Amino acid sequence: MTTTTQELAATEMPRVRGKRTFGRIVTEFLKYAVVILLAATYAFPLYWMISSAMKNDPQVYRVPPVLVPNPAHINNFLDAWRSDEFTLYTFNSIVRYALPVTLFTMASSAIVAYGFSRIRWPGRDKLFAVCIATMLVPYTVVMVPLFIIFKKVGWVGSYLPMVVPAMFGNAFYIFMLRQFFMSLPEELSEAARLDGASELGILWRVILPLSKPALAVVALFTFMGTWNDYLGPLIYINKYTMFPLALGIQKLRSQMTQVGNAPLAYPYLMAVSTIAAAPIIILFFFAQRTFIEGISLTGIKG
Amino acid sequence: MAASGVQKRQMTKGERKSLLTGLLFVSPWIIGFVLWTAYPVLSSIYYSFFRYDLITKPVFLGLGNYIEIFTEDFRFWKVVRNTLFYVGLSVPLGVFSAFLIANLLNAKLAARSFFRAVFYIPAIVPAICVAMVWLFIYNVQYGIINSALKALGQPIIPFLSNPDLAKPSLIVIHIWAQGTAVVIFLATLQDVPRSLYEAATVDGANAWHKFRHITIPMTSPIILYTTVLGLIGGFQTFLLPYLLTNGGPAASTEFYAMHLWRNAFEFFRMGKASALAWIMFVVVAVFTVLLFRTSARWVFYGGESK
Repeated sequence: MTTTTQELAATEMPRVRGKRTFGRIVTEFLKYAVVILLAATYAFPLYWMISSAMKNDPQVYRVPPVLVPNPAHINNFLDAWRSDEFTLYTFNSIVRYALPVTLFTMASSAIVAYGFSRIRWPGRDKLFAVCIATMLVPYTVVMVPLFIIFKKVGWVGSYLPMVVPAMFGNAFYIFMLRQFFMSLPEELSEAARLDGASELGILWRVILPLSKPALAVVALFTFMGTWNDYLGPLIYINKYTMFPLALGIQKLRSQMTQVGNAPLAYPYLMAVSTIAAAPIIILFFFAQRTFIEGISLTGIKG
Repeated sequence: MAASGVQKRQMTKGERKSLLTGLLFVSPWIIGFVLWTAYPVLSSIYYSFFRYDLITKPVFLGLGNYIEIFTEDFRFWKVVRNTLFYVGLSVPLGVFSAFLIANLLNAKLAARSFFRAVFYIPAIVPAICVAMVWLFIYNVQYGIINSALKALGQPIIPFLSNPDLAKPSLIVIHIWAQGTAVVIFLATLQDVPRSLYEAATVDGANAWHKFRHITIPMTSPIILYTTVLGLIGGFQTFLLPYLLTNGGPAASTEFYAMHLWRNAFEFFRMGKASALAWIMFVVVAVFTVLLFRTSARWVFYGGESK
């Protein structure tokens, strides 16, 4: 395309063409300069987290700052990990919190979304509107009364206040899965119904196998949400043996500032933070498409 | 509710069956709605009229909590001002920067998905990691910026320990973590039909005209959506100030949600916290409605095919 315009212009006005290509090169250069500079700025904090994780004390103190730690103290990752019960915290994060919430959310949201999309019944759309409206209720409003409820039933101190509600569907994912289910042709269900399949059978054998991309989005975002969550455990978990990784990092921080060795704390804090962020970053690079599709599915197609 | 459309005529057997099956499928959500939304919301109104510390029986105060909040709570107006300042700056700046970055990425660009990842990842790493790394960067003694300033012989910047700088420092982190909005904007920009720009070029429009009269109108519904979400989230800002400054210095980062949190979980004033929650709910609702009202003037819905 560029060559044709250049050839055309070349016959008539060589000087203008020269100006134009020069202008284009300048614009291209400026564009990349701005993008690269911005990207470097945005990438810097996480680079700083990873590189500082591998510094020793003097490297943290040094003025001017050390950009690339040399030698790199890779041991920090292990030492920091062993400085507290981080393996236990990670176990809590995954087994007590992230996995059950993810599985329950997927199952319950899919079942509810099926009822809201693939079965026709009077009042369905009105009830669905109520479901959508619940998304507008800020968590801050229900935070206190929910705490009172869970306090009364004696669930404070466990993960039940965060896990049990996941069994009742999440309005956001119900909405997303419903959109997806509605895009699947109705003939599929009818054929299965003629064969005598039950609605649950149709959901399990026909709809779910076709909805893997949408289910992957639910799984990914729910897992990420629970792995990253700080507020829920902060409210409900009060024993450190039950801490998720996020609270464990905060515990390390408060211990290190209490004993007054704040400079030493940073490499360790950065090391543990890097380990906590790593699964999310790795997951993103492996499932980049699911992430981006997920944002489009949840974010704009509404 | 479900029966309202059915009163007139008798349902056939098949209809009744599908109604039952449908209700059965959505019953988890109905039960969950009652347990985790409807009941809490209603009981929150109820508790807002009581003094309740979780241990002794609730004591009826009438409007006591509300009167206390507006007239006696010396922190209340401070946290309101702080929150309005934070929301008023961080939401527009966040939307604006995300929109600009998305436009930059929408240009012909090599390695676009790499750059998109760079801008998106800060939005998905755990909040605790974000807090820890910015705490380090902003540190007065060992932070990179202040080390560099010291090396240059310049005075240091007390990012988090100066009451005038603490809020702007938190806003910078907010802007940095706008990756989700960048991805949403970029996807929207890529959906704008090329033909519109081509037609405009034929008509002699320059880059600014195209941006002003094609790009902005075509993405305005998403700009509104992102702003509304930012507003709702902004009023609830809690974690970053809680972890970075714990409300200080001089209560300059004590935001509304933190005030509510302290009343609930530090002072065990569940009734007052519920009243605070309701005031916030009403304010957020008013702001959202106002935003939608003004949106008729600047949001362009003609692009939708339906």
